[in-house]
Amino acid sequence: MKFTLSWLKEHLDTTADATQVADALTRIGLEVEDISNPADVLRPFRIARVLTAAPHPQADKLQVLSVDAGEGPLQVVCGAPNARAGLVGIFGGPGMYVPGPEMTLKLTSIRGVESNGMMCSFRELLLGEDHNGIVELPEDAPVGESYAEWAGLDDPLFDVAITPNRQDCMGVRGIARDLAAAGLGTLKPLADVYRMASLAPIAGDGPAPDVRTDDVGGCPAFFAQAVSGVTNGASPEWMQAKLKAIGQKPISMLVDITNFVSIDLGRPLHVYDRAKLTGALVARLAKDGEQVVALNGKTYTLDATMTVIADDAAVHDIGGIMGGEHSGVSETTTDVLIECAYFDPDHIALTGQKLALTSDARQRFERGVDPAFLDDGLAIATKLVLDHCGGTPSAIMRAGAAPVAAKTVAYDPALVATLGGMDVPADRQKAILERLGFVVSDDFAVTVPTWRRDVDGPADLVEEVIRIEGLDKLPSTPLPRAEGVAKPTATPEQRIERKARRAAAARGFAEAVTWSFLSEKEAAAFGGGHWTLSNPISEDLKVMRPSLIPGLARAAQRNRDRGERSVKLFELGRRYLTDAERQTLTVLIAGEAQGRDWRTGKARGADAFDAKAEALGVLAAAGAPVDRLQLIGPGGETWHPGRSGQLGLGPKMILATFGELHPETLRALDVEGPVVAAEIYLDAIPAKRDTGRTRAAYAPAALQAVRRDFAFLVAADLQADKLIRAIQGADKQAIVEVSLFDVFTGQGVPEGQKSLGLEVVLQPTDKSFDEAALKAIADKIVSAAAKQGATLRG
Amino acid sequence: MTTDIDQLRQELLSAVEGAADLAALEAVRVTALGKQGAVTGLLKTLGALSPEERQTTGPRIHSLREAVTEALATRKGALDRAALDARLASETLDMSLPIGGLATGSVHPVSQVMEELAEIFADLGFAVATGPEIEDDWHNFTALNIPETHPARAMHDTFYFDEVDGEGRQMLLRTHTSPVQIRTMVSQKPPIRIIAPGRTYRSDSDATHTPMFHQVEGLVIDRGITMGHLKWTLETFVKAFFERDDIVLRLRPSYFPFTEPSMEVDVGYTRDKSGRRMIGGTEPDGWMEILGSGMVHRKVIEACDLDPTEWQGFAFGCGIDRLAMLKYGIDDLRAFFDGDLRWLRHYGFAALDVPTLAQGVGA
Repeated sequence: MKFTLSWLKEHLDTTADATQVADALTRIGLEVEDISNPADVLRPFRIARVLTAAPHPQADKLQVLSVDAGEGPLQVVCGAPNARAGLVGIFGGPGMYVPGPEMTLKLTSIRGVESNGMMCSFRELLLGEDHNGIVELPEDAPVGESYAEWAGLDDPLFDVAITPNRQDCMGVRGIARDLAAAGLGTLKPLADVYRMASLAPIAGDGPAPDVRTDDVGGCPAFFAQAVSGVTNGASPEWMQAKLKAIGQKPISMLVDITNFVSIDLGRPLHVYDRAKLTGALVARLAKDGEQVVALNGKTYTLDATMTVIADDAAVHDIGGIMGGEHSGVSETTTDVLIECAYFDPDHIALTGQKLALTSDARQRFERGVDPAFLDDGLAIATKLVLDHCGGTPSAIMRAGAAPVAAKTVAYDPALVATLGGMDVPADRQKAILERLGFVVSDDFAVTVPTWRRDVDGPADLVEEVIRIEGLDKLPSTPLPRAEGVAKPTATPEQRIERKARRAAAARGFAEAVTWSFLSEKEAAAFGGGHWTLSNPISEDLKVMRPSLIPGLARAAQRNRDRGERSVKLFELGRRYLTDAERQTLTVLIAGEAQGRDWRTGKARGADAFDAKAEALGVLAAAGAPVDRLQLIGPGGETWHPGRSGQLGLGPKMILATFGELHPETLRALDVEGPVVAAEIYLDAIPAKRDTGRTRAAYAPAALQAVRRDFAFLVAADLQADKLIRAIQGADKQAIVEVSLFDVFTGQGVPEGQKSLGLEVVLQPTDKSFDEAALKAIADKIVSAAAKQGATLRG
Repeated sequence: MTTDIDQLRQELLSAVEGAADLAALEAVRVTALGKQGAVTGLLKTLGALSPEERQTTGPRIHSLREAVTEALATRKGALDRAALDARLASETLDMSLPIGGLATGSVHPVSQVMEELAEIFADLGFAVATGPEIEDDWHNFTALNIPETHPARAMHDTFYFDEVDGEGRQMLLRTHTSPVQIRTMVSQKPPIRIIAPGRTYRSDSDATHTPMFHQVEGLVIDRGITMGHLKWTLETFVKAFFERDDIVLRLRPSYFPFTEPSMEVDVGYTRDKSGRRMIGGTEPDGWMEILGSGMVHRKVIEACDLDPTEWQGFAFGCGIDRLAMLKYGIDDLRAFFDGDLRWLRHYGFAALDVPTLAQGVGA
């Protein structure tokens, strides 16, 4: 909402300057987003008289002027055809910034003749389109004075953000009313502002226009008055100046009146050219598929929920949102119908949303205009038309009635303290509410003014009181604090997340945050998304991710494109599945796992075992029982079938998937290999049982452990893990550790077999092992291995 | 005899001293202490001496043996050390050789700030609550007193799905973290103190807006909570978060459908020498809006089946990305979601920079 200080002062009798007004606006909840003064840049430009004009010796189209800008004659070279002796215009000297061409003037020489500045056109000063010549001011304009000040351009412009609840402040008058309540001045009577004796209807003798409402839901009230014999010329200078100051283009008297009243009073109007109407003008629901060309030149297709204003022939107005092109007024209009209606806010909002059509009228109607202002609005509009376009008014037609029933709120002034936290005496609260237009009875039954549709409960009144009293007076009250040291608040899931995140970072991975949505193609490479946006911002951000890998892989590729050779990223976020959003930590290595190094001389590309190491490392840090994890099948379709795996406590308790990505997955994501990744399903990690802080009793073994090596020949496709587990189970008391130190195929190992070298750690308990005991354990190991098809290598 | 012993001592000690290597030293040892050695020979003469002579000569011969033995050991130690020094001197490596990359992992600023918030608010008794990002329109709008026709719905630029849930509610991506307020009040009996950080979505994309961003919601529901508590909580939080006590807040009346009264909160900034805005300073050069807040609307409390005459409280919401940018001097929001390693290394945090009250909540 834009307005100038002088416009505000039409309604508000105040001595406050722009800064004071801005401070007060922000203080009472009308946030000033910007305050500017168009005169600031123009202030140095002075009114100047051309004393003499002579042809330029070197150029036909130029003249050499002698100009007086208040400090004696200056030589100026000028190319304007209207430059002549005696002309009074606007002069800019060296050092001044000219906003139109965006240049700073300097002393210059034009074709050998010195020039001390320029005489300006309106367009050069961004004051209009006119560039046919330099500005011609009246003869008596005071030479030497600042043009901007003389022309009344020194008028600060406010841009105020109006929150959706404050329809009343969608007009300058409402803002003035709020400021007056805040003590910044006195609100002038509205009739005085419009130079009217009273706001009584200006009813003529002619028959009232034939209007009615057939849709009392969408348009409960349709007031109208006709004026015949009007002349629709240009609007007066004062109105044009105001509209231009806030960035609106004056169009014609009748159009400008509707725009002016809408901004000045928050009261949208519509004016029809009666010559273009056929029969009665009716507010009714549109027919499905009915079309109208609106004033913005676009065609809108309507449906049966939308309220329109139509005559016998066509729709002329998308009710309360935008008028139709066909019946709009033009220079030749002589008879008009002025519409002042009340549209239901919800209807307007829905229609506006469906048509994706915003307008000044919609913004006001959907917030809810003052339902008690229809007669006043019509009187003011008619007065302006009669004053500036002439003509004869008709009688007034009032079809329907706006919902003006007064709301009364039972209010307890103690609420300002118990809800608002501020102490404001009851009589002071009453005064504040009354200044805002509320009627307050002795027992604090508060009647809400018709223009404050947003107020419907005691809390709203608390807000009114404290915003006018000033939130700067709100004291700080400490929240009651629980006794003792603050208790921990993290849930088990949150603890897992925090540990997993920090473990991944500690292991050398940089945490990324990538989009939750992917393209359909990327999602398809991961089995397809389960949730697709119906209004995506782009095709790339359309499907909720079923995996974190695409986002990370694409980020990794961008890094590799920039020349990174080893990209290690992780992300902790959700996968969006049909039934749930699953918290997942995914690590990804693209390119080298280890960079070039003088010790080895070459880099090592990432492989599936790097991914396995990360999966186990993060799982261990997150508190998962990694010693009980088993390898359960390969990763699935997005993974390399022979170089991926799942880690779990059983087929239905998968905690992680790791490995090399399938070449087809890389291709679908358009990334280069090698790319390995590990997905860690944080929500699948079993929560630790809460057994208190005390650890299980423990005494380190007193006797020395014994180490024995074994080499077994096994089938080449046997998973080493199976043999290790078999040996671990051979003597659960004595065998405390089994580790694989060698995997070998080749010379000495039969075809189809491999040799596995294992070290077994044996821990004696009450007495040391003797030879017989060691032999017995070794036999158990060999026979357990034999069950996996392993034979001891000779 | 006296002269002989003294002379022998002189000769032997000087021979030990003069032994250039272990072999020469062994030769000296054999000469002195071997079976045929000079000292051994003197010891053998002791038996033939008279008791009186043995009284005087015996100790001198033993002393000679001890002196020679000790000199041999000392010299051997010196020769061993010299040999070790020589070997080590030949083993020198270039200790300036680089040892390769240190682990350069990092924690994203958004995660770091979320943990900072959790830490600060834990001290004030607030737990961390979460909720789904794929929401229904009842939790995201209706229960928050934003009916279908409310202009605020249009302002939210919502992403929708075609799906409706079992109760016919339109599914959408949550536009704010406020639905977690509803889920918490529905599932948990007051008193309630929670913050709810998380991802949020709006159909908006330009230099300062991304379609996905992060918010944190705060909610207190209890008996006798007023706006004064809200102000204190926000002041306490902002000072703790920015780690400065000289922060000034400006409260402005505002409007949110789910709070009444509502206010927006600006934080004062001062400019440093280079013109960068720094949060804080008792005499601010300007104001930056950082959060919206207010007393929970009674319709919201009623929507959660709580009695608004018994329970009231406040809520606030704040952009986490913006908090991170303001605290850590990050300029470009879009870079948050690009995964550029250079950016992540520069603005990220070390794994062990865990925010704690004892260490400080900033890093």
